[in-house]
Amino acid sequence: MHDGLTGFRTLLYKEVLRFWKVSFQTVGAPVLNALLYLLIFSHVLDRHVTVYGDVAYTAFLVPGLVMMSLLQNSFANSSSSLIQSKITGNIIFVLLPPLSYREFYAAYVIASMLRGLFVGCGVLLVSIPFVDLPMAAPAWIFAFGLMGGAILGSLGVIAGIWADKFDQLAGFQNFLIMPLTMLSGVFYSIHSLPEFWQKVSHINPFFFMIDGFRYGFFGQSDVSPWLSLAVVGVCFVFLAVLTLAMLARGYKLRA
Amino acid sequence: MTSPAIRIVSATKRYGSLQALAGVDLEVAQGEFFGLLGPNGAGKTTLISALSGLVRPDGGIFEVMGCNVVSDYRNARRNLGVVPQELVFDPFFSVRELLRIQSGYFGIRDNDDWIDEILANLDLTAKAGANMRTLSGGMKRRVLVAQALVHRPPVIVLDEPTAGVDVELRQGLWQFIRKLNRDGHTIVLTTHYLEEAETLCGRIAMLKSGKVVALDTTENLLRRFASHSLSVRLEQPEVAAALGGAVTAGGWADFPLDRYEDLEPLLARLREAGAKILELRLGEADLERVFVEVMNRA
Ligand SMILES: Nc1ncnc2c1ncn2[C@@H]1O[C@H](COP(=O)(O)OP(=O)(O)OP(=O)(O)O)[C@@H](O)[C@H]1O
Ligand SMILES: [Mg+2]
Repeated sequence: MHDGLTGFRTLLYKEVLRFWKVSFQTVGAPVLNALLYLLIFSHVLDRHVTVYGDVAYTAFLVPGLVMMSLLQNSFANSSSSLIQSKITGNIIFVLLPPLSYREFYAAYVIASMLRGLFVGCGVLLVSIPFVDLPMAAPAWIFAFGLMGGAILGSLGVIAGIWADKFDQLAGFQNFLIMPLTMLSGVFYSIHSLPEFWQKVSHINPFFFMIDGFRYGFFGQSDVSPWLSLAVVGVCFVFLAVLTLAMLARGYKLRA
Repeated sequence: MTSPAIRIVSATKRYGSLQALAGVDLEVAQGEFFGLLGPNGAGKTTLISALSGLVRPDGGIFEVMGCNVVSDYRNARRNLGVVPQELVFDPFFSVRELLRIQSGYFGIRDNDDWIDEILANLDLTAKAGANMRTLSGGMKRRVLVAQALVHRPPVIVLDEPTAGVDVELRQGLWQFIRKLNRDGHTIVLTTHYLEEAETLCGRIAMLKSGKVVALDTTENLLRRFASHSLSVRLEQPEVAAALGGAVTAGGWADFPLDRYEDLEPLLARLREAGAKILELRLGEADLERVFVEVMNRA
């Protein structure tokens, strides 16, 4: 029984199963991590800081943490899956079948988005006891959650294909993904920064992902959500084209 | 007109300064049992990888059942099953999960009947539910064979499938592969066990430094290159040298023998020379000798 989509669906299913089988580490651990951030930062700062006038710091923090966890785990999913397959050599099992590079890309990225969404929802759920979080415009939450996952999933594909060793991947994570996330306004509103650093934040695409995501909760943000959506959309298209071009050429995969 | 199972035209591949494939032309007809032999580093795996799309060749045409592996890669890959040389596996899954997933990649759902048949033939039924991590090396290799067969490819390429597989299983594996061949599957085999190639393969290509240095039916290769030989232990081994024999240790002397018809005259000459034969052995022509000879000449 042949049908055109089975190959793609199987690869997607395999990629989802791969993280789901070890969901304790791939979903549970990052949720716990975010919970610790929440406990510590909210305890230290909640009484002293409000944002957007009257939003309590903890409430402000939660969407940032959700998005940060979502982004990091989307990246981790595709990048670690690919580098493991490359290093163990079992990547050939997805290179030998008649899968197109587009199917390959879509499967890895969608699986990454799903892992990101699982983790994001997990973080949101565990934070319910701590904050009273509005959801002013849920469509924006959804849009930015999906786009963020797709962008980081694509970056993960790029990193996973490019890196030959685990430490190169760790370098990518520590020197690119982590700083960009930390400096994106997860923990603060950029309006509280000196003007120079506000400008710097504006060239960080992660800032727009988190700012737009936050808009979905509070109906307020540092910049217009439409601007954020445009920036994030352009980023995604750029990365998708880049990743597809790498895959089409077989860069490092079909040497 | 039926297309050849495999067609390779002027394949080249360079790794840095190393010419791994230096212009390989090869055609394997449908239904053949074909051997691809050559010393380590000859380029066998590189050739197979280029055929299966794992490696981009620098030049050349590769076709599987008439389908170009680049422009018509979907059909080319559907027609090809590859057992890789390296012992690779996915530690996340059980044997059955892996085979189902592999079927899915090829667009096949509900493949359990065929999977069960493969498992039975490879003596893996008892391990169907076991995680890949828990299998022995030889069992992992059998799973690799199984993975290559899930989509019933008409062309099956096995890159040293018997390395590390025990004797009993090797027999079982060959029985299975032979059956597939009888059922019409084309088989291409690389191996360093030359007796294996000799008994199984109808035609053989020998590769050296990325070039085909011999290509013929197994029968012709045996006839063309290697002669039989007669070894005798003589009371006076010295006389052997005068008759064209090579004296070796222990009073033994070896005589090349192109055909069995030459045996009788040779024995007559030994008798005439007064050599007394204490022991006698006939050496069969074998592929190992052909191989050594071809490699030395090339
Ligand atoms: N990825 C690679 N990078 C650089 N050189 C390579 C690469 N793959 C293969 N080679 C080189 O190409 C040559 C052919 O290798 P190949 O694996 O095709 O040989 P082989 O005939 O399969 O040998 P064996 O019998 O040992 O399996 C070797 O010299 C090898 O070192
Ligand atoms: Mg090899």
